[in-house]
Amino acid sequence: MARAFYWLVPHPFMTLLLTLVWTILQNQVSAGMIVFGLILGIVIPWTTSIWWPDTPRGFRLGKMTTYSVMVLWDILVANIEVAWIVLTVSNAKLKPAWIVVPLELRQPEAITVLAGTITLTPGTVSADLSDEGHSLLVHVLHTDDPDAVRDDIKTRYERRLQEIFS
Amino acid sequence: MTMEIIATYAAALCLLIGSFFVIVGVIGLLKFNDPMTRLHAPTKVGTVGIGMLLLASMIHSFVVGDASLHELLIMAFLFVTAPISAHFIAKVAIHRRACDMPPPPPRDDMWATLNSPED
Repeated sequence: MARAFYWLVPHPFMTLLLTLVWTILQNQVSAGMIVFGLILGIVIPWTTSIWWPDTPRGFRLGKMTTYSVMVLWDILVANIEVAWIVLTVSNAKLKPAWIVVPLELRQPEAITVLAGTITLTPGTVSADLSDEGHSLLVHVLHTDDPDAVRDDIKTRYERRLQEIFS
Repeated sequence: MTMEIIATYAAALCLLIGSFFVIVGVIGLLKFNDPMTRLHAPTKVGTVGIGMLLLASMIHSFVVGDASLHELLIMAFLFVTAPISAHFIAKVAIHRRACDMPPPPPRDDMWATLNSPED
């Protein structure tokens, strides 16, 4: 039964997401449109599943939701911080730095989410991944203590992502 | 009637905050003098700037009565794509050695961008 389910719906969350996006695109909720969205949500992942070989199995939607809310709040704070730095710190006083974040995460999806989160949050842009995928290169706009930024990324985001993708 | 007035003021406030953040992003882009630091201003400040403008559009659409949630999708797609474009600009800057070079990674041989055949 489970095998038949995963054969028909290889990526259950993508099916849900596609249905939701289709319904919002229609701008009105009607049963017909939800059913059509559901059909699209089943057909598209099914036909493209050959390019998505690994489904992250242990994905926790509830924890992902709280994580998203926390990241949204961080984005808001980050924007005000960066705006403040842009307006007040002169070029000569700016202290940009490279930091290297050693990764405990192994799933590509989890690393992608982490890199995206880092780019959207306080004064950091994820720039590159090492060739074997064991460390992430992050650029910091203005910091006095690069190690603290690295520890902050590891405890605040990476640990939570490990719980989500476990 | 009063609801309409409040919502109009809210939309106007959102427009003001959004344009402020967009202007700060532009100032950052012009002010900094290194490709990597320049990258910071538009990628982050831009998201809240455009987010606020879209929020204003959403509030306005609800006031007019032609409710629209398309803006939520725009925001979602923006949040998903902004890090990717930033990532690629950063990779190009590293590849062309246009910025200070990063320290080598501790556990692997080199950064993926520098691992190109013609080097």
